[in-house]
Amino acid sequence: MTSAVDSPGAPAPARAGAPGPGSTAPASGPRAKRRLSHRIFGRQPLGLLFSSPYLVFVIAVFAFPIVYSVWISFHDFFFAAPGANPERPFVGLDNYINAFSNPAVIRSFGNVGIFLLINVPLTVVLSLLLASALNKVVHARTFLRVSFYVPYVTASVAVVAVWLFLFNGNGLVNTVLGPLAPDPSWLINENLAMPVIAIYVTWKQLGFYILLYLAALQNVPKELYESAATDGAGRIRQFFSVTVPGVRPATLLVLLVSTVTGANLFTEPYLLTGGGGPNGASASPVLLMYQLGIQQGQPDVASAIGVVLVIGVLIVAFIQNRLVGERD
Amino acid sequence: MAEITEERAGRMRHTRPTGWSRAQTVIRGVVLGLGAIVFLFPFYYMVIGALQKDPDPTIAGAFPNPSNLTFDNFVNVNERINLGTGLINSGIFTGGVLLCTVVFGVLVGYALAMLKWRGAKATFALALLVQVIPFQLLQIPLYVLIARDYGLADTHVGMILPFAINSTAVIIFRQYFLQLPKELFEAARIDGAGEIRLLWSIALPLVRPALVTAVLLTFIGPWNEFLWPFLITKDAALQPLAVSLANYISTVAASTDNPFGAILAGAVVLAAPVVVLFIVFQRYFVSNDLGSGVKG
Repeated sequence: MTSAVDSPGAPAPARAGAPGPGSTAPASGPRAKRRLSHRIFGRQPLGLLFSSPYLVFVIAVFAFPIVYSVWISFHDFFFAAPGANPERPFVGLDNYINAFSNPAVIRSFGNVGIFLLINVPLTVVLSLLLASALNKVVHARTFLRVSFYVPYVTASVAVVAVWLFLFNGNGLVNTVLGPLAPDPSWLINENLAMPVIAIYVTWKQLGFYILLYLAALQNVPKELYESAATDGAGRIRQFFSVTVPGVRPATLLVLLVSTVTGANLFTEPYLLTGGGGPNGASASPVLLMYQLGIQQGQPDVASAIGVVLVIGVLIVAFIQNRLVGERD
Repeated sequence: MAEITEERAGRMRHTRPTGWSRAQTVIRGVVLGLGAIVFLFPFYYMVIGALQKDPDPTIAGAFPNPSNLTFDNFVNVNERINLGTGLINSGIFTGGVLLCTVVFGVLVGYALAMLKWRGAKATFALALLVQVIPFQLLQIPLYVLIARDYGLADTHVGMILPFAINSTAVIIFRQYFLQLPKELFEAARIDGAGEIRLLWSIALPLVRPALVTAVLLTFIGPWNEFLWPFLITKDAALQPLAVSLANYISTVAASTDNPFGAILAGAVVLAAPVVVLFIVFQRYFVSNDLGSGVKG
C-alpha cells in the first residue's frame, strides 16, 4: 500500500519569478501581510479554502450530530414542529433505564451478538481463503473477481428479494432439501432466522473483504515464501506461517469493518424476516431504534440505545485490536 | 498496475508443476468455481424468477421454460410502484451525491496532497475517522435535524445531504494526486499559473482513472442505500427505487397473484444499472486503489 501519510507538498515559491532550484530558504515574499497569513493558515492558505466545503460537511453531518445524539439521550426529547422550541429537561439516565428495562431491547443486543459470532469469523476465514486462491489463479481471473464482487455492489433490497424466494417455505432451498427442510421454515423459525441473516450478510459483503485481502497479499514479501519453501514448509504450512501473519493488518481491518457493519444491521431483518420476526428473534438494535425512536416517537430512548450500541462496538473493536493488532 | 504484478506473481508460482501442486491447482479451481456459482446463482435466479408466469420453486424451475416465460411481472410491479419515478429519484439522489463528491472531493483531495496549509493533517485524519463512524448513532440526530428542524423531509436535498461528500473518494483523490510528479507543478507555478488552473488543466487530466474509481465507488452508496431515504421520504413520488421496492415487499406484495414474480422484476430493475456499470468498468475496481482508500 503506497500510504504516504506525511507528504510535504511542493515548497511553492511565494512570488512568481523567484525560482532558485533546490533552495530551501523560506519564501522571500517581503510583504508583512502575506507573512502574517502564512503564520496563521500555513504557506498555502488556499488549501483551507479548498477544504472548507468538506470540513463544513463533516461538522454538520458527523461531528455535531454525534454530540447532539449523546445530548438527546440524557434529556426528555420528543419531536416538535419546525420552529417550535419546547422545554427539554435533563433526565439523567432515565432514557437508558427505560430502554434497557424493555426485554425486546435486551433481546436485540443478544441477537446482534449471535449475528457477530457467526458472521465475523466466517467472513475472515472465507475471504482470506478465497482471496489467496484468487491471488494464485491464472485463468478466468477477471470473471472470478467480478462474480465475487457482484453481490457487494448490488442493493441489499434487490438481493433480499431473491433470498426470500429461495428460502420461503415452498422455496427452492426447501424443495432441494425435501424431507430435510427445517420446520418451521428458515425465516419464520426462531432458531434459524438470525443465522440465515448472518449467512446472508456474510455472502453479500464477502467481495469487499476479498478485495481488501487481495491488496494485502501483494504486500507479503515473496522471499518469505521462498525461504519457507527452502526450510521444507509445505503449502499449508506456508499459508499459516507466512500468509496469515503477513496479512494481519488487513485481518484487523476486516474484523473492525465487519463488526461495525454487523452492528448497523437494519435492512435484512426489516425485509427478510418481516421486521425482526419471529417474535423478535431477529430484531437488531438499529431496527428497534427505528421502531421506538421514529415510529413510536421516542428519539431520546432510541438515542440511548444508539449510545450503548456504539460503546459496545468500541469495546469489541478494542479487544480485537489487542488480540490481532500490531504488537511492538 | 497492481493487476500486472498480481498476475506475474501467479505465473511465477506455477513454473514447477509437480504432481502435488497440480492437484492443488485443481482443488483451487474447484473451490473458486464453486464460489463463483454460489455468488452468481442468486442473480441468475433473480432474472429467471422475474420472467416466470407462475412461480416455480422446483429444481426444473431453475431452468428457463419457454411456456412459462412472460414480461407481465414488470408491468404488474410498475402498476404498483412506478419504476420510472423510482429510477428518476434514485438517479437524482445518486447524481447529487456524485456531483458534490466530485467537485468538493477533488478540491479537498488536491489541497491535502499538493498544498501546505495548517490543518491539512487533521483534515486527513478526519476523513479516515469519518469512515468508521457508525450510521446507527447518526440516524436519530440526523433525522431530528434534517427532517424536523430544517424541514427537509420529502426533499431530494434532505436525502442527499448526509451522503454529499464520500470520504473514501476524498482519500482516493488525495492518493492519486500524491503520485503526480511535483516538478510539473513547481514549473507551472513558476510560469505563473494559479492553483485552480493547475488543478483543472494539469492535475485533473492526469488522474482520470481515479475519477472513474471514485465515481464507481460513490455511485453504489446512494443507489443502494435504504435506511436513510426510507426514514425521510414518506411521499411515494419522491422515493428512490430501493425504498419503494422495499415498501412493496413488506406491505403490498401479499395481495398480488404472483408476488415473487413482481418483486423479482422490481429487483432486476434496481440491480441492473449497478451490475452493468460495474461489469463495464470493473477494471477500475482494483484492489490497491480501494484498499488504500479504506486504509489510508
